Amino acid sequence: MEFVDTLINIGNSTIRVSVPLLLACLAGLYSERSGVFDIGLEGKMLAGAFAGAAAAAVFQSAWIGLGIGMLISVMLSLVHGFASITHRGNQIVSGVAINFIAAGSTIILGQAWFNQGGRTPSLPPEARFGSITLPGADALRDVPVIGQLYSGLLSGHSLLAYVAFLAVPFTWWVLFRTRFGLRLRAVGENPAAVDTAGISVAWLRYRAVICTGILTGIAGCYMALSQNAGFVKDMTAGRGYIALAALIFAKWKPVPAMFACLLFGFLDALAIRLQGTPLPLVGKVPVQLMQALPYILTVILLAGFIGKAIPPRAGGVPYVKER
Amino acid sequence: MAQAAIELTGINKSFGAVQANRDINLVIERGTIRGIVGENGAGKSTLMSILYGFYQADSGEIKVDGKPVSIKTPNDAIALGIGMVHQHFMLVENFTVIENVILGAESEALLNKSIAKARSELERLEREYGLEVDPDAIIEELPVGLQQRVEILKALYRGAEILILDEPTGVLTPAEADHLFRILQQLKEQGKTIVLITHKLREIMAITDTVSVMRQGTIVATRETAGTTVEELAELMVGRRVLLQVEKGEASPAEVKLAVKGLTVKDSRGVTMVDDVSVDVAAGEIVGIAGVAGNGQSELIEAICGIRRAESGSVLLDGKPIDVTGIADPGELRDRGLAHVPEDRHHVGLVLAFEENENSILGYHDKPLYLKGPFLNIDAIRNDAREKIEKFDIRPGDCRLRTANFSGGNQQKIVLAREMEQDPGVLVVGQPTRGVDVGAIEFIHKQLIAMRDRGKAVLLISVELDEIRSLSDRILVMFDGRIVGERGAEATEGELGLLMAGVEQQEAAE
Repeated sequence: MEFVDTLINIGNSTIRVSVPLLLACLAGLYSERSGVFDIGLEGKMLAGAFAGAAAAAVFQSAWIGLGIGMLISVMLSLVHGFASITHRGNQIVSGVAINFIAAGSTIILGQAWFNQGGRTPSLPPEARFGSITLPGADALRDVPVIGQLYSGLLSGHSLLAYVAFLAVPFTWWVLFRTRFGLRLRAVGENPAAVDTAGISVAWLRYRAVICTGILTGIAGCYMALSQNAGFVKDMTAGRGYIALAALIFAKWKPVPAMFACLLFGFLDALAIRLQGTPLPLVGKVPVQLMQALPYILTVILLAGFIGKAIPPRAGGVPYVKER
Repeated sequence: MAQAAIELTGINKSFGAVQANRDINLVIERGTIRGIVGENGAGKSTLMSILYGFYQADSGEIKVDGKPVSIKTPNDAIALGIGMVHQHFMLVENFTVIENVILGAESEALLNKSIAKARSELERLEREYGLEVDPDAIIEELPVGLQQRVEILKALYRGAEILILDEPTGVLTPAEADHLFRILQQLKEQGKTIVLITHKLREIMAITDTVSVMRQGTIVATRETAGTTVEELAELMVGRRVLLQVEKGEASPAEVKLAVKGLTVKDSRGVTMVDDVSVDVAAGEIVGIAGVAGNGQSELIEAICGIRRAESGSVLLDGKPIDVTGIADPGELRDRGLAHVPEDRHHVGLVLAFEENENSILGYHDKPLYLKGPFLNIDAIRNDAREKIEKFDIRPGDCRLRTANFSGGNQQKIVLAREMEQDPGVLVVGQPTRGVDVGAIEFIHKQLIAMRDRGKAVLLISVELDEIRSLSDRILVMFDGRIVGERGAEATEGELGLLMAGVEQQEAAE
């Protein structure tokens, strides 16, 4: 039974690692489907994590932390919107700027407010989103396989993790089953068609980047309030970029996005698991190689295995009325 | 007289220093088809954009059905029953027909309900006006003629009583255009008012009831179509008499200068665009290749001129091969006397940010004439440019002006002057008068005939059937990458139209 335990362990940490990726990936999906490229997912996650952790520490409440984290993240995405929608600026430059602002200001403000070297104070359990035990999980714990999967794999995650996975069907439903989704997809393909149909291109794109801000805020808060007990500098560590890679890998579709994020999460979990463990035939593999593995595989997958990923046709191009 | 559907009074509109519309007064009667003609930049599209709420007029009054209205956004126009079919279709290409039709006019927040409601209404419209399209087809998989129907359906679905069509036939085959006209006629019979913007005078004569002519931002005349002629309209548009049919003598073809044999070209997706095409062009003749845009003509000339690699086949220039399947170099071909006026002057023919004189030698800039040691001889280049400006009547006549500031017709003259003045033995011309005014078309046509008469070989590609017919000594028709027929200059439009639409050769001959 040890083998099953190991698998469940890896599966469990795959889910944990995937959650922030998945939230950020769906966040990017809303923005990019509307035609606004967003390389600033990383910065918004980081700012969301810091704001969430700081507010949770001050008010001793996870919910206030989540609210503030989302608010700050949405504000940054509005900055991105203001630069790239209203002023038709370059979307990459604006996104990179947000990443720099977030990386620098979180450390400076953290040091100024809490004096702990850029960290926020360690949060007590009531100011965090702790793990939730699903009904019946304890009772089923000893049932072989099914019970183990239920209680070991599905149960025991943070509320925000369940939110992340529920956001996948929800996003699919919004995108393909609602009026808002139809318009959102249309504006990313041909904003002129939307404009001549009498719908405001700018307002539609602003709503899309607000969705992005909300989701990156939740992603940041998951990292600071669930995975960890507070904010540590640079804690997102490039997850925003991996999420972008997953978005391309998934060809801007919600369900494939989930599988892409789970795959990247699995590689990460595997790397952590295998550190220091001698492998059959190869022997002991250097830690650095294991840590690099997810990134190497990302490059290989992106370069060779997805075929041609066609982005939304109007992506990255500010909308200017003709003439 | 019927009641006025639209009444415009004293409309003015300026963009910076340019006055696009000046004191426009226009009355369009309900249930009629009104043509609006004019050269590029005459202000037709601006006027219609004001009516559709894209722009606001600086001053003036708009009345719809006799009531003064203010149209600030396309939404206002749609609410007043004004619909527009744009020159470049406003469709989301990877959406279905029905998704495009309801976009912006969805009745419900949930898509399934909106689509279910729209479906029966769409079917009714399709039946009523003969506009059959499969509601679940994906737009990019439909031919352009059908895409245009979707645009019309979009307007009708929103309850349009007044339909504005901006250059609707530019992308259609003659048969598709005829079908469109039948649809418009039917719409008119049902009481709709139609405004047709075009620069093709023949269409005006064929379908409109009245026609207004615009020149330099004003309406210079309004005529009953039955009481006017193509010649009169052309003269009103340009402001002077225009020769619509260039005069040319008999061709006297001599030796073959350009021999294309079995040329096959694939595009980047691996689709065969040119399929086993053979063409000979002799000195002293103009060979025209007719066809609807996208049937391989572009790829054919690109392969001949060394811009695109061919899969197989051979091309001989003056009897010596061009390495079309390998590393044909456009620069080397230029030296060998093959000049190329590309179809797309903005992306291939010119660097718009350069000064006029720089563009007028581009590609020939390493000729000793333009060099002083390792440097460019600026004085020689500018003098050369001034001569070309003089000879080709390029306006404004300033060789230091940025090329982007010239009008389309004058940009085209810059390219033509550059290629023709090098006195090449073979000239390959793509769409020589696309987006060019009537007055300049006459000039360009005369120049091409003069080249022929000097004993040069000219290969002409154009989607304008009139142009092909009036210039060519021999006409080849391309359809789906193949040459589907060859005709003499006397071929009728109907005959060529059938070939262009891909109807089998035998049928066309009958």
